[in-house]
Amino acid sequence: MSQVVEQEPTATDSEGYDGLRLRQVTKSFGSFHAVSSLDLDVPRGSFIALLGPSGCGKTTTLRMVAGLETPTSGSITLAGQDITYAKPYQRPVNTVFQSYALFPHLDIFENVAFGLRRRKRKDVDTAVREMLDLVELDSQARKKPAQLSGGQQQRVALARALINKPEVLLLDEPLGALDLKLRRSMQLEIKRIQTEVGLTFVHVTHDQEEAMTMADTVAVMNAGVIEQMGAPADLYENPQSTFVANFLGQSNLIEGTIQSRAADVVTVDMHGIGVSIPTERCHADGDKGWVGIRPEKVLIGEPGEALDAPGNTIPGGVVTDVSFVGVSTQYLVRMPWGQELGVFEQNTGRRRMFATGEQVELSWRPEYAFLLDFSQDASAGAQKADAE
Amino acid sequence: MSETVRKRGSTGYFLLIPGVLWLALFFVVPLYSLVATSLFDPSGSDLNGYEMTYHWANYWDALQSYWQPLVRSLAYGALATLFCLLLGYVLAYAIAFKAGRWKNLMLVLVIAPFFTSFLVRTLSWKLLLADDGFIVNTLQFVHILGSDGRLLATPVAVIAGLTYNFLPFMVLPLYASIDKIDGRLIEASSDLYANPFVGFFKVTWPLSLPGVVSGTLLTFIPAVGDYINAQLLGSPNQRMIGSVIQSLFTDANDYPAAAALSVILMVLIVGMVLFYVRRAGTEDLL
Repeated sequence: MSQVVEQEPTATDSEGYDGLRLRQVTKSFGSFHAVSSLDLDVPRGSFIALLGPSGCGKTTTLRMVAGLETPTSGSITLAGQDITYAKPYQRPVNTVFQSYALFPHLDIFENVAFGLRRRKRKDVDTAVREMLDLVELDSQARKKPAQLSGGQQQRVALARALINKPEVLLLDEPLGALDLKLRRSMQLEIKRIQTEVGLTFVHVTHDQEEAMTMADTVAVMNAGVIEQMGAPADLYENPQSTFVANFLGQSNLIEGTIQSRAADVVTVDMHGIGVSIPTERCHADGDKGWVGIRPEKVLIGEPGEALDAPGNTIPGGVVTDVSFVGVSTQYLVRMPWGQELGVFEQNTGRRRMFATGEQVELSWRPEYAFLLDFSQDASAGAQKADAE
Repeated sequence: MSETVRKRGSTGYFLLIPGVLWLALFFVVPLYSLVATSLFDPSGSDLNGYEMTYHWANYWDALQSYWQPLVRSLAYGALATLFCLLLGYVLAYAIAFKAGRWKNLMLVLVIAPFFTSFLVRTLSWKLLLADDGFIVNTLQFVHILGSDGRLLATPVAVIAGLTYNFLPFMVLPLYASIDKIDGRLIEASSDLYANPFVGFFKVTWPLSLPGVVSGTLLTFIPAVGDYINAQLLGSPNQRMIGSVIQSLFTDANDYPAAAALSVILMVLIVGMVLFYVRRAGTEDLL
């Protein structure tokens, strides 16, 4: 637990490390690199989510940890043991499969008991009863999987893996097949169980909300590499690439020219308007960059209206679209340089709504903005609604 | 509302008529005629006609005279079914899981023998197993067979012929059943500490049981009643019950005995099948 995920992993031997460690792991299918030189440290007892769009290599990574795929190169160690080439049935890792993969010919009890029986454990009965109790399915023990609802099957799959007390529990999009409401309650349920049993969980998902709700560390993957890794709030508030900025929530990315770099603040010229960004939120080399700001951090006001945002005020906006969604109002504002920026204003009831065509002024606090490298694609990771 | 319900109800019955007529004509009537024939007085002949005397002793006489070919048929049928299962399972498993894009071609190859007549294929086995044929010579060379040993006219030839002829009937249902097994279940078993061997017996095998049951039935039932293989590849010592019935009927013109034997065979097979299906726990197949 003393290891901190963000620490730069040491490339030397993994012997003293008691968690899961991937070093330079690459998996190629023909000329396609599903995973490229991946380094990942998962401390014992932590809950980490691999988040990314489909085809980003997250499931392949998970399958390599489970032993269902063999890495093309690199090594995987678990509690100091090299398990890179160990057979799946020889490693202390269990998986909750995306489709649950419950054995249809066995009842719930025998499904859950499967792993214990294979390892000739004693007291299978007590252990299974306890586990079914934990997932609140003790009354369903003698039913077949097909007789249960999706949510119940999901809990059986979880119980079947958890009962083996694996060093690492892998969850492969375990909630994908459930409806939204059930998914939310299962997210909390899994989180509760993880805290209760204290095992290491590695969760694969393309749902950013799910990743942020459940995991204490999120690794955002794209095209076979980890783009950024950290606590959900850190990733969200201070993304280091356009992909993370767009994939995790939404971002306004505005082209800017870097004017000066001081020890604590970087000033950027954004289409003639000077804005400042704290240096630790600056992830751009060169003299240009993308100024990033989350829509909910942008304040909208009438021209000249003094709002709580010292420093960065951008005048000359025109409201082009208004959508009222209850908790907030979402505006699209066309800026003088032609770009449309998104603004979310919370429905506190204290401010009036603006109408389409109104002249407005946008502003934000400098500490909320971030600066990303200009060589990156400003639309990377966006339109994730299609991937759903 | 009630009008439409009634209409739909009667349409169903009308649709049943062709099938029911077909079964009545070609199943119920012949079955009745068979059972009736088996109770005729054996002193009659097809020239002078038979008399219905409820001669139950026909059954006893038939059993006493022909219990050997009857038992032999059941044994040969069971052995051929077993060999079909062993060969067929491996083949069906390979087609379902390993064949990839060759799957359809391999399935066509399994069915391909049906394009040639059953009789011709069995006759070609006669050539294959001939006394100075390649197979016999090779087996003699490696001393599995003695220098005057032969394959034709032995139980080996008959069982081999049966196995060959009925293999597709085993492979197809097995394939249908194995192909349906979700590969992720096998991954899950391996994730849950089952090595490939244990995984096979705990997951793949039980999930393929419907195919095993229908495959063994489709093989065993016709194999027991078959007489072509025994006649072409065997000697009188390998005579199966099918040939006995056939010769009683066509050569000896002893219709009551032939009918009695047929009924005995049928009852035995139905009884064994029911017992087997109960034991396999797959009643819902029937």
